[in-house]
Amino acid sequence: MGKSIIDKIWERHVVHKEEGKPDLIYIDLHLVHEVTSPQAFSGLRMKNRKVRRPDKTFATVDHNIPTDNRKVINDPVALNQMTTLEKNCMEFGIQLAGLDSPEQGIVHVIGPELGLTQPGMTIVCGDSHTSTHGAFGSIAFGIGTSEVEHVMATQTLWQTKPKSLKLEINGELNKGVSAKDVILYVIAKNGIGFGTGYIIEYCGDTIANMSMEERMTICNMSIEGGARAGLVSPDDTTFAYLEGRKYVPKGEGFEQAVENWIDLASDSDATYDKTIKIDAADIAPMVSWGTNPSMTSKVTEEIPRLEDCETELEKKSLSGALAYMGLKEGQKIEDIQIQHVFIGSCTNSRLEDLRQATEIIRGKKIHPQVRALVVPGSQQVKKQAEAEGLDVIFKQAGFEWRESGCSMCLSMNNDIVPSGEHCASTSNRNFEGRQGSGARTHLVSPMMAAAAAIYGHFVDVGALLAAETVQ
Amino acid sequence: MDGFKTLHGKAIALDRANVDTDQIIPKQFLKRIEKTGFGQFLFYDWRFTKEGEPNPDFELNRKENQGAPILIANENFGCGSSREHAPWALGDYGFKVIIAPSFADIFHQNCLKNGLLPISLPAETVDYLLERAKNQPYELKVDLENECIEDGQGFTAKFFINDYWKKMLINGWDEIEITLQLEDHIGNFERKEIVRQ
Repeated sequence: MGKSIIDKIWERHVVHKEEGKPDLIYIDLHLVHEVTSPQAFSGLRMKNRKVRRPDKTFATVDHNIPTDNRKVINDPVALNQMTTLEKNCMEFGIQLAGLDSPEQGIVHVIGPELGLTQPGMTIVCGDSHTSTHGAFGSIAFGIGTSEVEHVMATQTLWQTKPKSLKLEINGELNKGVSAKDVILYVIAKNGIGFGTGYIIEYCGDTIANMSMEERMTICNMSIEGGARAGLVSPDDTTFAYLEGRKYVPKGEGFEQAVENWIDLASDSDATYDKTIKIDAADIAPMVSWGTNPSMTSKVTEEIPRLEDCETELEKKSLSGALAYMGLKEGQKIEDIQIQHVFIGSCTNSRLEDLRQATEIIRGKKIHPQVRALVVPGSQQVKKQAEAEGLDVIFKQAGFEWRESGCSMCLSMNNDIVPSGEHCASTSNRNFEGRQGSGARTHLVSPMMAAAAAIYGHFVDVGALLAAETVQ
Repeated sequence: MDGFKTLHGKAIALDRANVDTDQIIPKQFLKRIEKTGFGQFLFYDWRFTKEGEPNPDFELNRKENQGAPILIANENFGCGSSREHAPWALGDYGFKVIIAPSFADIFHQNCLKNGLLPISLPAETVDYLLERAKNQPYELKVDLENECIEDGQGFTAKFFINDYWKKMLINGWDEIEITLQLEDHIGNFERKEIVRQ
């Protein structure tokens, strides 16, 4: 019987196995940031423990840093968290891409960018969007602070092997449909908890034809469907992306590495605990209208009605979400008025995302009622975008061009959506209060966010692009 | 961390599905560098009005719901972020047990590491408990050793917990200490890895 990539990576990483216990698995890469690490370092210090493998640990600051002026940090509590990370990295010998480093950025953007993320690895970070790194054919998942401390002290974790879910997507994507729409569609169709207890392997020709950036967007949001990890078997696209990156072996070493990586791909006769098939042609540009990522519809649709709910619980969730969002059942999605646009986050802040957004806004101006922000995922993304002149296109359209960080995805810094206002956001969570107390988040792709910035309401970018082709 | 074998106390209802970690502990409270003192911020946006007054409509604020160590909620409790501040806040507020039809994976794991027992029961059983707990006083006895709960009024249910986690919770053990005893295994694994590369 064949093996899936999940089986192969897991088996290679079991350090200790015992009846009635989770497996003790080895961790190849531990990414660290300022918010979920201070208590872990304190724990080590209290017990006089050290970080076992500083060489397999890499830290950056991203969650609470300002994106306007990096020189002035007005929030003393946030500043304390940042300086605490600096001190901790110094004390425990961990490499840090700090606020002044050209390698700083959102932890899930810089891991792949620097080539720290590689196929076959087990990767953890105290952040649920660690699933992003699965795009390279690694098992990557978010952990809590106790587990952060455990990995620091032992380079291992006790984990029960999750079940496997094969999510196969075939066919060509419609005009205006991006990776973000694909994953939003998957979650809308299968529910917010469909992946709980599973690792998802994304496959099929739609995925095979995607760039690494697109695969990262898909894997990133695995957790919004409940799956701690999502991955894609590595292929030539993966290897081409990795070649030449800072921490990837060079020359002969690279060829050797590729040989090992090729073997990781799932065998054609591999078995899975569950399989879901999706037809790419069914997917359209999507917009979330509620307070969790499964409350999402196609841009051309209407918000569901209470009478269509199947259970009392569903009805209660829908009416609660609509009350919070200030929306009405049956309302057309295209009629939702937008006051804020955020292009950024570990889901959609890479060069390709920014390029796609500029295709929509080139030569246009944002709607007068809209405030729009672009926050590149890393300093390197920012630099490359500036070299291509993307920053000029954004600024001429009326967007603010910022420094890299998590920013308005979770609004731990000053980038906040005021209460009651609507934000078209390329981030990953539309939970109540996520972008600010009372803020109303709509999850969309970079192209959809860019179009909403221009029109002040949601527009079907598929139709928009089709019309431009005709002209 | 204190362990426990049995726990007897008030069980209160939070009849909501998909309660996410952003609700359990909003991000503005994640900037502290300690593990303690998060209880005051638990469910902050639901618990307090915009003016900072306790919201009288929120379940946890009702007079009869004070001092409960057991929280009953609906499906997919704890979805979203990996922030361990969520179980820290629940624990600091006074909860020791959470009962729901299902939990998000990372949150589930984070609870176990912090002496908080997540109990999954079938949806219809949880529905029954939610209804009962809406009329206080309602108490439950949780027997972790024998994996069962009962209300002393005829209701009993068995739950499942992995033996490994059961032992951890009962004894309040430090997991890192246990793993460090396997140092030989970890060292051997690392040496083999070097050979393979």
